[in-house]
Amino acid sequence: MKIAICVKEVPDPTAEKRIDPGTNRLVRTGENTLNPYDRHAIEEAVRIKESGVETEISIVLVGPASAARTVDKALAQGGDRSVHLADDGLADSDILATSRALAALLERDAYDLVLFGQQASDAECYVMAAAVAERLDRPCVSQAASLTLDGSTLRVKRQVETGYDTVEMPLPAVVSVSDAINEPRYPSLPAIMGAKRKPHEVLSLADAGIDPDTVGGAGSRTTVRGLSKPAGRGASVRIEDDGTAAEKILAFLVENKVVV
Amino acid sequence: MDFDLSDEHAALRDTVRTFAEKVVAPVAEELDREHRFPVDIVRRLGEMGLMGVPFPVEVGGGGGDTLAYALTIEELARIDSSVAITVAAHTSLGTSPIANFGSAAQTERYLPDLCSGRRLAAFGLTEPEAGSDAGATRTRAVEQPDGSFVVNGAKMFITNAGTELSGVVTITALTGDGEITNLIVENGTPGYEISPPLRKMGWHASDTRALTFADCHVGPDAVLGPRGAGLRQFLAILDGGRISVAALALGLAQGAYEQALTYARQRNAFGRPIAAFQAIQFKLADMETEIAAGRHLVRHAAWLKDRGRPFAHAAALAKLYTGELSHRVVNEAVQIHGGYGYMDEYPISRFYRDQKILEIGEGTNEVQRLLIARAII
Ligand SMILES: Cc1cc2nc3c(=O)[nH]c(=O)nc-3n(C[C@H](O)[C@H](O)[C@H](O)COP(=O)(O)OP(=O)(O)OC[C@H]3O[C@@H](n4cnc5c(N)ncnc54)[C@H](O)[C@@H]3O)c2cc1C
Repeated sequence: MKIAICVKEVPDPTAEKRIDPGTNRLVRTGENTLNPYDRHAIEEAVRIKESGVETEISIVLVGPASAARTVDKALAQGGDRSVHLADDGLADSDILATSRALAALLERDAYDLVLFGQQASDAECYVMAAAVAERLDRPCVSQAASLTLDGSTLRVKRQVETGYDTVEMPLPAVVSVSDAINEPRYPSLPAIMGAKRKPHEVLSLADAGIDPDTVGGAGSRTTVRGLSKPAGRGASVRIEDDGTAAEKILAFLVENKVVV
Repeated sequence: MDFDLSDEHAALRDTVRTFAEKVVAPVAEELDREHRFPVDIVRRLGEMGLMGVPFPVEVGGGGGDTLAYALTIEELARIDSSVAITVAAHTSLGTSPIANFGSAAQTERYLPDLCSGRRLAAFGLTEPEAGSDAGATRTRAVEQPDGSFVVNGAKMFITNAGTELSGVVTITALTGDGEITNLIVENGTPGYEISPPLRKMGWHASDTRALTFADCHVGPDAVLGPRGAGLRQFLAILDGGRISVAALALGLAQGAYEQALTYARQRNAFGRPIAAFQAIQFKLADMETEIAAGRHLVRHAAWLKDRGRPFAHAAALAKLYTGELSHRVVNEAVQIHGGYGYMDEYPISRFYRDQKILEIGEGTNEVQRLLIARAII
């Protein structure tokens, strides 16, 4: 079983996000780290491996050369090898362009399963898995709350607003896992110390056979035309508790058809 | 000269920091209040390879160096000193005598369980009548015709000896006139008795006991290294241990400083955040400065040890300075919290109680000055 996990380097999610007013882009010059949502995808792959299925886990990342540290964090979390597409020509890639690059990397090896985290903590788009699956022409399920492997069939419990869907899909497939699927373990010290010694493949666009015009700014179709704060909330109702607050809140909720 | 941490050290520091914030911080107040030993946290630290950071992977250790170990202790102490001292006492005092001086049979028997955190180790040096003057050990181990020993005596203030995970204690004992030998005594050995937990000012979730040995019989295989090497061994153990206690003081100071900074920004008085007052700003500036200095001392001592160079002097400097700086920092951090700092709802009150021992354990401030003076005069 060959599993690829597409991981992203993001600005430290605990630090405040800043937008560069000149470019309308997120400032990425601070501390960067592994997208926390991706840890759930890695953990799920490690659990498949630990269940006895012979598995090779590849960490796949598109990002600048400095993202090597993030690759190592992902490897410490449980990867066996990494593929890192690092090329200055990738700067300013949007989802369209990045998904093209990821798909090209994934096509170089015959992966049975491609896993993603549900979202990236910087752009919060939730769509990369679907975009890549579309390019690879593979079935795709998002928000997976559990994975069960049965030969070459994958059963996915999928979290939806009203409960769970259970979806069966043939491999190879693409899945983005929800952050409720598991509790990722903390990497062990030997795994942290050993990450650099695992096989690392670092590729340029030319190495990966990607046409530079299809990625980076040139291959992107997104333009940020302006930024504005979300509209403020409407008038709020203040209820002082004089002993009847509960009834008043209930009446308010019924009136607004929040509860019936 | 390179002040950057390696990628691995930085990744380790981030991992321990996240673990401490997510796993230790939510239970630290409760563990302190209930004086409860953190068995579950020790188990998880063991799974992460952090109960044996500086020991080789082949014997079950983490495969890290002294710097990795110091970073681990610093990050744990930034959140909770009881957890940090449990790891530090287990590693430098409990496990390292066996790792450094044990025979092949002893290391095979003990290290896998100790490095993985399945078992805890303790070091019994201090006695009711022998603390700073640790060479004044009165505990006697009398050799029997079959090469075994009968131990009689008492040890005081021993960390990690009485928990449900405790497996062994290495003790210093007189095996002849002025001849000190280290002996490994397993928990459960008849005649080895452990007192109820001692009541103390801080470190409430750390295990501290008085031990007694009454005709306690141990085999010839309990002797650690050559007979009579006990004094030399424990001096070496204490030198190494000082780096981790210094890292602990540094982490405690860092945590106290961060709490004070956060509080100073939030708390308003006279219509302004108290952080706007120069009197408060200067306290914070002093803390930042001293902590930075302390961090350099700790890292330098670790760096020397990792290069196999003499480090005892640097370790004494680090231990003395961080012990006293943590005192100043935690004192001013409570001051910045005002009355709330005196309340147990705020972690700073626990930090204040946990600090004092850092100027006493593993060599008092006075003993550090003695060592430093001896080296320079
Ligand atoms: C919570 C806790 C955990 C501990 N854990 C362990 C452990 O795991 N294993 C272990 O073996 N020990 C442990 N200890 C013991 C600790 O290391 C000793 O308490 C410490 O070394 C001081 O010894 P003492 O208490 O006998 O004080 P004393 O040696 O009696 O010192 C009393 C005072 O006299 C001063 N003094 C002594 N001699 C001199 C001198 N020559 N010149 C100037 N001043 C001097 C000291 O600095 C101190 O201020 C622990 C102690 C505590 C409180």
